[in-house]
Amino acid sequence: MNGFLKASVAIAALVGGAGMAMADCGIEKGSVRILSNDFAALHVVASAAETCASGTVTVTKNQTTEHKDIQVPALTTNPANYTVAMIATNSVTPLLTNDLVRPLDEYVEKWGQDLQESQLIRVDGKIMAIAYMVNAEHLFYREDILAENGIEVPTSFDEMLAAGQKLRDAGIANPLAVAYQSGWYLGAAFVNTYLGTGGEFFKDGTAEVDINNENGIRTLETLKAMSGYMSPDFITYSTNSLRPMWEAGDTAIQISWGSTTGQYIADDSAVPEVAKATKFAAAPTINGGSIPSAALWWDGFVIAKNVSDEDAEASFRAMMVGISPDTAAANPEVAVWLVKGYEPTPAAVGVVADLEGGARPYPMLPYMGLLHTALGDNLAEFMQGKESAEQALADVTAAYTTAAKEAGFIE
Amino acid sequence: MAFIWPSLLAMILFIAVPIVSVAYQSLFVEHQQIMTQVESCGPFGCKSEARVDAAAMAELRTEEPMGRYNGLGTYTNASHLAFGELRAAWAASEGFGDFFDKVMNLPFYKALIFTLCYTFIVTPLVIVLGFCIAVAVNAVSARLKGPVIFFSLLPMIVTPLIGALVLFWMIDSRGIIGATLQVLFNDPQLSLKASPTLTWVTLFVYGVWHSAPFAFVVFYAGLQTVPQDTLESAMVDGASRWERIKYVTIPYLMPLATFIALMQLMDNFRVFEPVIGFSAEASASSLSTLIYSDLRSGDFPLFGSAAATSLLTIFGVVILLSPVLIRTWREFKHKG
Amino acid sequence: MPLVALSTGFVLLWLFLAAFPFIWTAWGSFKVEADFFSRTDWMNAFTGPATEAQTGSSFTGSGYHGAWIEQEFWRAVLNTSIVVFCVVTISLTFGTLGGYALARSGFKYTFWILIAALIFRAMPHVTLVSGYLLPFFEMNIWGYLPTTIIVLVAINQPFTLWMLHSFFMTIPKDLDESAMVDGCTRFQAFRLAVIPVMWPGVVTTGLFSFLLAYNDFTVTSMLLSQENQTMIPKINSFLGSTQQEGKVMYAVAAAVSAMAPLFVLVMVFQRQIVSGLTAGAVKG
Repeated sequence: MNGFLKASVAIAALVGGAGMAMADCGIEKGSVRILSNDFAALHVVASAAETCASGTVTVTKNQTTEHKDIQVPALTTNPANYTVAMIATNSVTPLLTNDLVRPLDEYVEKWGQDLQESQLIRVDGKIMAIAYMVNAEHLFYREDILAENGIEVPTSFDEMLAAGQKLRDAGIANPLAVAYQSGWYLGAAFVNTYLGTGGEFFKDGTAEVDINNENGIRTLETLKAMSGYMSPDFITYSTNSLRPMWEAGDTAIQISWGSTTGQYIADDSAVPEVAKATKFAAAPTINGGSIPSAALWWDGFVIAKNVSDEDAEASFRAMMVGISPDTAAANPEVAVWLVKGYEPTPAAVGVVADLEGGARPYPMLPYMGLLHTALGDNLAEFMQGKESAEQALADVTAAYTTAAKEAGFIE
Repeated sequence: MAFIWPSLLAMILFIAVPIVSVAYQSLFVEHQQIMTQVESCGPFGCKSEARVDAAAMAELRTEEPMGRYNGLGTYTNASHLAFGELRAAWAASEGFGDFFDKVMNLPFYKALIFTLCYTFIVTPLVIVLGFCIAVAVNAVSARLKGPVIFFSLLPMIVTPLIGALVLFWMIDSRGIIGATLQVLFNDPQLSLKASPTLTWVTLFVYGVWHSAPFAFVVFYAGLQTVPQDTLESAMVDGASRWERIKYVTIPYLMPLATFIALMQLMDNFRVFEPVIGFSAEASASSLSTLIYSDLRSGDFPLFGSAAATSLLTIFGVVILLSPVLIRTWREFKHKG
Repeated sequence: MPLVALSTGFVLLWLFLAAFPFIWTAWGSFKVEADFFSRTDWMNAFTGPATEAQTGSSFTGSGYHGAWIEQEFWRAVLNTSIVVFCVVTISLTFGTLGGYALARSGFKYTFWILIAALIFRAMPHVTLVSGYLLPFFEMNIWGYLPTTIIVLVAINQPFTLWMLHSFFMTIPKDLDESAMVDGCTRFQAFRLAVIPVMWPGVVTTGLFSFLLAYNDFTVTSMLLSQENQTMIPKINSFLGSTQQEGKVMYAVAAAVSAMAPLFVLVMVFQRQIVSGLTAGAVKG
C-alpha cells in the first residue's frame, strides 16, 4: 500500500527547470479565488499561486481559521465565491457530499506533469482533489533523558507506560504528555489509538458505529493508563500546551503533531540543549500490533464545481504553481510535502516513520465527523474516572446514533 | 410612532426572520442519505468506502428542500429532552439518587444543570457586587474617577480570547494564581483545572468578575441621576449614610436593577465563552456549547439539532424572565 | 471615619482584582514566551531571565514587532475602528429614537415590542450566524464591512432599546411635554429637551454597543473575509489550531496594544457620565 508513498516522501527525484519564473504561469485569463485555513504552509502555497496574477488573471485569497464553516455555503452559490478550496482529509467530505467540487482528470492530464500518482485523490475512479502535504501524530522523545535512564525508544504503549514509570521513579513527576483536551483532541486521541488496534469504526458497509468492543475498551484503558503519567490537568491539554512543558523539561515523551516539530528543534529555540536532544519516532503500537497508532492526514485542494471552466482552469494552473516542486524545495521545513523532489528534513522523521510503519489513514467517511464529535464530547468522564469504559462507549454510541439519524445516515 | 421603525426593521430582518426559519428548520431532519460503495484512493492507498450519492441526493432536495418532516422528534430525541431515556431511567433506577445519576448522563440535562447553576449563582452576585462598586466609586474624589472607572471596566473590555489565554495560564498550577492558591491552602496537588468542582467554581468566579463592570456602569450612571434634593432632605431628617442608600438610592435604582437582572439572566443562561476559553468542556457544558458542538465541531453541521436547542434556550429564557416580565407588564399598565 | 476607610479599601481591592491580570499581561507582553508562560517559576514573567538570555535585554518588543509589522495587525485595527464607529453611531441613532418612542407611547403593542426584543436577544448568536451564511453568499454581500456592521447593529438593538427605554422612563414626561407646549414639534422636543438630559444614558449605552462591536468574535469571524478581518478574529488566528501551534506572544502583544485606545475613550466617556448635567436638568 505504501509503494507510491515512498516514491513521494522518501525518494528524491530529479527536478528539472531552474527555479520559479516570476508571474509567468502561462494562464491567459481568469479569476482565481482561494479559500484556506490560516497557517504557515498554506501561506506558502497561496503566495506562490499569487505569483500567477497578471493583467488578465486575478488571484485573491481568504485564509481564515473558520474556512471549514464557510466553505459549504460559499461553494454552494452559483457562481461559487471561491474557485479553490484548500482542504484536509476531514474537511473534504462535506464538499464531496454536497457535490460542490469538479473532477480534475482533464486538468491533471493537461497541466499536472509535476504531480505524482500518490497526490491524486480518486473517488470512484475520478480525480476529485490534489494532495500536497501529509501530517500525523507521532512520538517525540528526549534522547538524553531516555539514555540517562537506560530506556530504549518506546515502540509500543506498554513500553511507553514502563518508560513512564521508570522516569517517574527517576524523579520526573509527570513524564508523558498527549493532547487529551475534552472535545476534538480527545476524539483524535481515541481515533489514533483505535486505528492502531486494527479495528474498524463502523459495521461493514453501514454507518452504524461499532466501537463498544474489545478494541474500544482496550483503547480507552490505554488512554487512561497514559494519563496516569501526566499531570492532573491533562484533560485541558491542547497542541499549544505541549511545547512549553517540553521546553521546561517537565516531560520526556510526548505524542503530538508532525506539523509542530519544526518549532521543537528550531535553531533559534529558547532552550537549545532541549532542542538538540529532541528526537522523533513513529507513534507507539498497541495490543501487540505492528502498526503505529496514528491517523494519517493529507492536505490538498479542490476546484469548485459552480465556476466557469475558464476560472477553473486558471485556478488549477495557479495551484500547480502553488504546490510546484520549486515551492516545496524552497520551503522544505514548513511541511512534510508529498511533492516530487521533496526530501524529508529532520523535522519530518516522525511522520515518515508513521508512514513507513504502515499507519492507517483518518477515515474519509461522510459520517466520521459525527463520530469524532461524539467521542470528543463523551469520553472525558471516563478519563476522569467517573464512568466505566463500557458506559463511556455506550454514551458515544448513543450520541453518535442520534446525530447520524438526524443527518440521515442511519434509519 | 414612526421613531421605532428603523430599530424594528433591523430586528425583524436579522433576528425575527432567522428565528422563524430556525423554528421551521427544527421540525425537519436530513433526507435519508443514499449511499454507494466506491473505490477511493489517496496518498495512503486505496479502499472501498461509503460515499453519499450526491446526484441522487440533489434530486431528493429539489423535491423537498427542507428534508424529511420530523415533527417534534428532534426535540424529544436522546440529545435533547430525551423523554424515552428519562422514562427508561425512571423505570430502571432504584432510588432518586440513581435516577439523578442517569439523568446527569444525558447531554441536554447535564448542560441544563450547569447552565442553571451558573445563571442563579452569577446573576445575583453580579448585581450586588456591581452595586457596591458603584456606590464606593461614587464616593471617590472627582479627579480619580476617570482612571478608577477605566480600570473597573477592564474585566469587561478584555476580549474573552485573551482572558482565556492569560487567565487560563494564571490559574495553572504553575501560574501565579494557581501556585499562590497551592501555598495558601497548603496543598501542592491542588489544581483548578483537574477537579470538576473547582472548575465550576473557577467559571463562576470568572463570570462574576467579567460581568460585574456591566452592573457597575449601569448603577453608576443611575446614581448620577438620583435626585439630590431628596437625598438632602433625608440628610436633614438625620438619616445615616446607610439609611439614605437603603431608603432613597436603592428604590430609585430599582428599575435599573430590573434591567440588569434581565440582561444578566439572559446572558448567563447563554454562557459559552468561559466554558470554551477555560477548556472546561470536560466538567461543564452549557446549552450554548451544545449548539456550538452541533454546528461547528464536526464536518457535518446538524442544523436541526442546533435549531431545536436554540429554541429550547429561548424557551428557557422566557421562563426565567417571566417574573420580571409580569412586573414590567404591571408597571406598564400602571403607566398606561 | 471608618465608613470612608471601608469604602476606599473596597475600591482598592476591586481595582486590584480588576486590573491585576491586565497589568500582568501588559508587563509580560514585553517578555518572551518562555518567561511569560514560565513553567519553572511564575516570577520569571516578572523578572524575565529567559528574555535576557534570548534577546540580551530584559524587555523585548518582538511580540509587538511580530504582530504589527510581520502580521500586519494594523489592518485589523483599522477595520475594527470602522466597524466600531459605525455600529455605535447607528445603534444609538436607532436606539434613542426607538427607546424614546416606546417610553412615551401608551399603546399596548409597545409592551409586546419590548418583549419581542427580549426574545430576539435570547437567540444564541452562533445559530443566527450559521443561518446568515448562505443568503449572504447568494446576495454577494458576504465578507464586507457594511454587512457585518448592520448585523451587529441588529443583534445589539434589543439591548440598546431596552437600556435606553429604561433611561427614558426615569425622565419625567413633563420635560418634553412642557417643551411641546412651548411650541416644539415632537422631534424638536426629543432633540432639544430630552437628549441633553439623556447624556449619561446615551453614553453608557454607547459604551456597551462599543464593547459588543469591539469584542465580537462569533459574528466577525464568520462574516468577514481576510482583508476585512477585525482585531479579535486576527488575534484568534495567532492562537493556532488543532494541528498547528500558535504564536501566543503575538496574541498577547496585539491584545495589549488594542487596550490603549480604550483607555483614552473611557477617559472621555467618564467626563460625560460624571458631569452634573443631569441633576440640574431634571430639577428644572
